[in-house]
Amino acid sequence: MPQEAQVIMEKVSGRKVNRISGTRMKRKEDARMITGMGTYTDDIKFPDMMYAAFLRSPYAHARIRSVKTEKAKELPGVVEVLTGNDLKDKMSPIPTAWNLPNADLKHTPYYSIAFDKARYVGDPVAVVVARSPYIARDAIELIDVDYEILAAVSNQEDAVKEGSPRLYEGIENNVALNWKFAGGDESVFDQADVIIKERLRNQRLQPSAMETRSAIAKYEQGKDETTIWMTSQNPHVHRYLFSSVLGIPENKLRVISPDVGGAFGSKIACYGPEVVLIYLSRKLKAPVKWTEDRRENYLSTTHGRDHVHYVEMAAKKDGTILGVRVKVYSNLGGWISTVAPGVATVLSVLMYSAQYKMQAVQCEVIGVLTNTMAVDAYRGAGRPEATFIVERMVDNLARKLEMDPAELRRKNYIKKEEFPFATVTGTLYDSGDYHTALEKALDLIDYRKQVAENKKLRKEGKLVGTGIGSYVEMSGAGPSKIVRATGYGLGLWESATVRVHPTGKVSVLTGGHPHGQGEDTTFAQLVSDELQAPYEDIELVHGDTAIIPFGMGTYASRTTPIAGGAIALACRKVLKKATVIAAHMLNTTPDNIVYDNGEFYSEGNPTEKRKLSDIAYSAYGAGFDQLPEGMEPGLEETTFYDPENFVFPFGTHVCNVEIDPETFQVKIKRYVAVDDCGPQLNPMIVEGQIHGGIVQGLAQALYEESIYDESGNLITASLADYAVPTAVEVPRFETASTFTPSPHNPIGAKGVGEAGTIAAAPALVNAVIDALSEYGISNIDMPLKPENIWKAVRAAKS
Amino acid sequence: MMEGLVKVSIDINGKKYTDDVEPRLLLVDFIRDIARLKGTHIGCDTTSCGACTILIDGMSVKSCTMFAVEADGRKIQTVESLATDDKLHPLQEAFWEHHALQCGYCTPGMLMSSTFLLSRNSDPTEEEIREGIAGNICRCTGYINIIKAVKDAAGKINAGKETE
Repeated sequence: MPQEAQVIMEKVSGRKVNRISGTRMKRKEDARMITGMGTYTDDIKFPDMMYAAFLRSPYAHARIRSVKTEKAKELPGVVEVLTGNDLKDKMSPIPTAWNLPNADLKHTPYYSIAFDKARYVGDPVAVVVARSPYIARDAIELIDVDYEILAAVSNQEDAVKEGSPRLYEGIENNVALNWKFAGGDESVFDQADVIIKERLRNQRLQPSAMETRSAIAKYEQGKDETTIWMTSQNPHVHRYLFSSVLGIPENKLRVISPDVGGAFGSKIACYGPEVVLIYLSRKLKAPVKWTEDRRENYLSTTHGRDHVHYVEMAAKKDGTILGVRVKVYSNLGGWISTVAPGVATVLSVLMYSAQYKMQAVQCEVIGVLTNTMAVDAYRGAGRPEATFIVERMVDNLARKLEMDPAELRRKNYIKKEEFPFATVTGTLYDSGDYHTALEKALDLIDYRKQVAENKKLRKEGKLVGTGIGSYVEMSGAGPSKIVRATGYGLGLWESATVRVHPTGKVSVLTGGHPHGQGEDTTFAQLVSDELQAPYEDIELVHGDTAIIPFGMGTYASRTTPIAGGAIALACRKVLKKATVIAAHMLNTTPDNIVYDNGEFYSEGNPTEKRKLSDIAYSAYGAGFDQLPEGMEPGLEETTFYDPENFVFPFGTHVCNVEIDPETFQVKIKRYVAVDDCGPQLNPMIVEGQIHGGIVQGLAQALYEESIYDESGNLITASLADYAVPTAVEVPRFETASTFTPSPHNPIGAKGVGEAGTIAAAPALVNAVIDALSEYGISNIDMPLKPENIWKAVRAAKS
Repeated sequence: MMEGLVKVSIDINGKKYTDDVEPRLLLVDFIRDIARLKGTHIGCDTTSCGACTILIDGMSVKSCTMFAVEADGRKIQTVESLATDDKLHPLQEAFWEHHALQCGYCTPGMLMSSTFLLSRNSDPTEEEIREGIAGNICRCTGYINIIKAVKDAAGKINAGKETE
């Protein structure tokens, strides 16, 4: 029996072959990882390698009066000590890649090593290079910095107040961007029967990839070439930015990103230390390595979220949602990081109409500089924030109107037959069936019965509740003409090369760079079906700028739809050429050629067959009349696939919680997830993405919070203080799927990397608020630690 | 021998590694840089994440919080010891089968903690598995597939023992 996902794959492709897409293939990449044979950046070692360490500011805001390095230089084993002043003329500040227009976007020069002022705890002020990593760390202790300590501000709502400490000359009230958006008919806010208001917060999070950032730069003097091995989600984008910052031509720079131990957005940005390593390897003519420890990672690898939203939702008495009006204070941290300007704005606000037929969306986003680490993309990047506020408000509206929250959603959802659907924010949702996903989730959790049961138990004094988190997300970034219009510095197409070797073995070069998402496997499944070639014969190659034509990388749930789309198109080009060669070999015309089960034959003569490997052999042999007159030899094609639209995955998660009335600990009793990412290349991997995504969403809802104190010290700078969940905390999940293909994507696929994270936080918080319904509490800020729930209950009681 | 260095000899996966090291050299750095066994990873240097978990004389230890000199003369097992004669350990098989890893960075530590757990408790309950790997953080999988894998491996190891 074919699996459900397989049937969908067949429908989308219109072909029935021995499909392995849609099956739960075990992952190719696991063979090396379960045996300790993976190669992560820090595993790489070269002879005569040197080690860098960065001295980081212990103050959140301080003028650097002087940096004395003599003692450090005298320590045996130390090779070089450089300060911000030594480097500021050798390299430009690192620019943001997202120059959001019409936002009064300010310029915040981000120098790789600070020379005038330190703007957050962890800002590098000097670098040491030594013969061992231990000596490098000893040496940074010997550097003497004279700081003039300045007043600091870490909270965005404080930072915009008159008289607040100012991070940059000329940036009044620390406002780095102000972006206003108005879509639809704003008069709905005047005509509404009900307007509900709430202040909601998406707290700051630390992405916490288990592998910290690491890099090794190695200069080859004879060729004047520099290679950097580094933890990267987007090697070509890094090369492009390094090239512009250091003035080294792109063709003299090579970025290799081997196995990457998780990223979640934190390995997208361009950071100072990697730039400094390239400079040092060229100056010292030696390989130089640096690996963060966890404290450094928490202090100086980008954080996520940190948005405060003032939300109004307008509705009619009958429950028709009219629109939302939102003011957002987005904490950008100490400078404007690589994709930061787009996160709270384009990536978030365009999704404010969510799954609902809203008539107006209005928003003002105020991006604020503070004396904290820069905030940038983190799993979902803007979309979890959007979904959270809308789904929380929908539940509050239901309570206000005394409607069932599921019924209120049903009433307002865009209907299946209304797709493609143009929203008031200007997005065009490609396809969807929100009602079916909702009903499936409600059935799984037996919603009606559960709601009745909750009511009964609450009368008995139990604090039980059920919460829904529905979402649609904009993934698969993205159509270049749209992202360019929003000020992004590059297009967001993806490249693919499919190379059939003379023996018929296949190498697939992708510009995506998966780091845990398993596309070495799923793309081999895809190519195996597209080319009708054995799965075992297909190898994926990625993460090396010298091999891949160009790549935008892996983030924003884009790799399967966009890199996968590119690969499918390249495969189809390969088959087109192979068909012409086959016709030549079989003395017929291409339109007479049938390709079935990996074999070409002429319709009139099905007994004489040629395998794809026969065609490849001829394509490279290229003599003795093997190829049609005038045809170029070789069997390899490259595509640059620029999607015509984003893709819009969706789903509904529902959970039941019980709160201990004495300790206020939240226990998740059941968690049901129904997700639709279109056809699934590998349902096992899709499920894995959903599991991991849900846990990161639940972690935001219940445990995690990055905390800076008033003087700008990061209180949560270790894994002992920052509460990443362990196996003890996680609930079991019940997952299911619906399958709605994207009509414009070559393989019908949508993305799934961020879905779980987007849905989980609102589902959980809605359940907790439901459990506390007798207290009339409309909001508790995440994370829902017992202390926060207790405080809210106590305030409600008094 | 250079001044201040200490001669250390450690049996790792049945092979003896001897070197003169600084007394402050962390055991994990000995394993990674001197023995060049890179399967043991570093995720935090503060005993929090478990990526560096190994076995010393059969006991699970986080090798980032122990000095190499403390392991002198002792027997260590790392992830590289699990597969023998090209045959994967049942835990490795089960992790592969159940999609118990994504980026793979925490996996060696997870496998070693699970190995230790099963050496003490051949048939753990789900709760006992959760407790047994609570010192190992995985940021990708959400743990459920890891728990399933450990349970499955325990069952297979026990079934294997019965047929022997």
